Amino acid sequence: MYKVFLPLRFFLKRKITYLAVIAVTLCVFTVVVVMTVMNGLVTDFVDKNHAFVGDCIVGTDSLVGFGWYEDFLDELRQADFVYAASPVIKTFGLVKSESSSKSGALPVMGIDAVEHIKVTGFASALHYRKDSPLLAFAPQYDSTLPGCVIGIDLLVNRESDGQYIQSSLLPRWVYSVTCFPLTARGALIKSGTSLSANSKIFYYSDNAETGLAKIDSGMIYLALGQLQEICGMAAESKRATAIFIKFNPGSDVERCTEKVARMWADFTLRYSDKSQSWLFDTVTVADWKSYCRETIAPMEKEQTMMMMLFAMVGIITIFIIFVVFYMIVAHKSKDIGILKSIGAGEFAILGIFLRFAALIGITGSAAGLVLGVLFLRKINNLEDWLFANFQWQLWDRSVYAIGDIPDSSGVILPTVVFICAVSACIIGAFLPTLRGVIKKCVDILRVNEL
Amino acid sequence: MNKNNCIMNCSGICKTYQMGAARLEVLKGLDLSVASGEFLAIVGSSGSGKSTLLHIMGALDKPDKGSVSFNGTDLSRLGRGRLNAFRNKNIGFVFQFYHLLDELTLLENVLLPRMVSVGTLGWAKVRKGARKAAKELLERLSLADRAAHKPYQLSGGQRQRAAIARALINGPDILLADEPTGNLDSETGNGILKVFNELHRAGQTIVMVTHDEKIAAIADRTIELVDGRVSAE
Repeated sequence: MYKVFLPLRFFLKRKITYLAVIAVTLCVFTVVVVMTVMNGLVTDFVDKNHAFVGDCIVGTDSLVGFGWYEDFLDELRQADFVYAASPVIKTFGLVKSESSSKSGALPVMGIDAVEHIKVTGFASALHYRKDSPLLAFAPQYDSTLPGCVIGIDLLVNRESDGQYIQSSLLPRWVYSVTCFPLTARGALIKSGTSLSANSKIFYYSDNAETGLAKIDSGMIYLALGQLQEICGMAAESKRATAIFIKFNPGSDVERCTEKVARMWADFTLRYSDKSQSWLFDTVTVADWKSYCRETIAPMEKEQTMMMMLFAMVGIITIFIIFVVFYMIVAHKSKDIGILKSIGAGEFAILGIFLRFAALIGITGSAAGLVLGVLFLRKINNLEDWLFANFQWQLWDRSVYAIGDIPDSSGVILPTVVFICAVSACIIGAFLPTLRGVIKKCVDILRVNEL
Repeated sequence: MNKNNCIMNCSGICKTYQMGAARLEVLKGLDLSVASGEFLAIVGSSGSGKSTLLHIMGALDKPDKGSVSFNGTDLSRLGRGRLNAFRNKNIGFVFQFYHLLDELTLLENVLLPRMVSVGTLGWAKVRKGARKAAKELLERLSLADRAAHKPYQLSGGQRQRAAIARALINGPDILLADEPTGNLDSETGNGILKVFNELHRAGQTIVMVTHDEKIAAIADRTIELVDGRVSAE
């Protein structure tokens, strides 16, 4: 009975216990909040990259692209594990606003809206054509005009609270896009004796918000066929620079990518005698993680660094808990001596203090988790309130491509933190208690008489 | 002393403490017997080994040499578990500084040795009887109205009486008291000695360590420790 009774009494009747509970609560609260926010940011960034390219990419870095992609698309669409596949051209162009005379060199992406919305999150990135993404390149005021979709940060200002100031009616803005058409050999297509560039007028039909700063602040989307024309990729066998593929829901991306790679190897073998077959040599097959590695890797490195820092914070936390318990148990060493003098066994005494530690750990961790989850639920409201009243913001939305601060901790992270915190308390109590239990009863009581 | 009457026998007890490079021989082959129902006082100057002897008799410490037997059982042959049970059932300790648990009420402090002696399930069976016995003990020691108080709410004398009640709850064969009045004023100390006298008259075996020969005078028998041995009886 005393093995249950004493831990409860120690827990309820000692003021230092409340301090220990508060210490554990604060540690757990901090870890849960910071880990949730940091993990959330990385996950959000990774998910946005995934949404931008689909599951798998067959592509080349060469601006020339590769031919016979339509034949390969047909084969892909017949594969039972492929949900959809979309041909893409990624190139660069000179974009000039006809109304403001502003111009600049920008990445230009040619997409087939019908297929692209099946493979990527393009539809949800649109503003005016969100509900009718197939008409992404058809301006609302005249759907017969050739349209262009522009990265939102190129056109629309963002307020400090993160909201874009979109006009309700689509502005009639006109852009001229100039590209340098390349031959299959990679040379500029010549017209007579001078080098020529193809220009075409496009009408602003929508803007796209992918949530990826690099894309939203520097990408212009055109219809695939039109970009093919001005890039000289529509002649002979049509060329594209990539095929974005989406696998059936629940598919193993790695395995399916391997299948696509085998299909591609087989395809290039069969098409090796076709024209421009040498362009196949630069084409690679990669899953979305590998394809976006350059973008994701720094963020993941950052996350690893944060994890390292938090591992250090975790170790310090465990050490603080250990010190708190060391002091509590050292303070109660007299009780160990008394218990031994009335015949309590060593294991029983150890059990009493470990239960006591577990009570502190469970209570403190539970309180930390509840506070952490509540804080996370309100973190965006809190930030809004701070901004409204003190103009203070954690991340300035006019600078960072962050919508809301991640506030969903899920189940795994809190569970792991809870288990670690309770274990830290028990380990923290174990060593000093063991030391007290091993010590001779007379030595403990004699010291406490001093 | 009648051999059949002997409850505890210490034979050739040696105890040495290593204090850095120095060896401190506290007990040097001490022999002592305690008769059942006897009130024995052990006196001696500070550092003469009185408390060490008491701790060895109560199985809180082990002698380097020699043996302690209780009712014919050599304590050195008992394992940890049985020694714990021996301390719980057969020995009652009263310390100079009371050593009560601050988080518990007096009643709970008194009940603690009984809780230790029965398991968690066993407690349900004995709980009522144990509480009754503890209350009776507190009443006997004039602490009935203090049962719900915490030790820090009581005077030194009341705490020591509570410690005596705790020592008696399991009906120990021997009550070992280490300077029980050492931390009390003379009037309060006399009250504690009166309690010991009453217990002795009721048949309780008591071994009390004190440095004060006047206090020792209330005992049936007094032995003096000098240089680690019994010098006089």
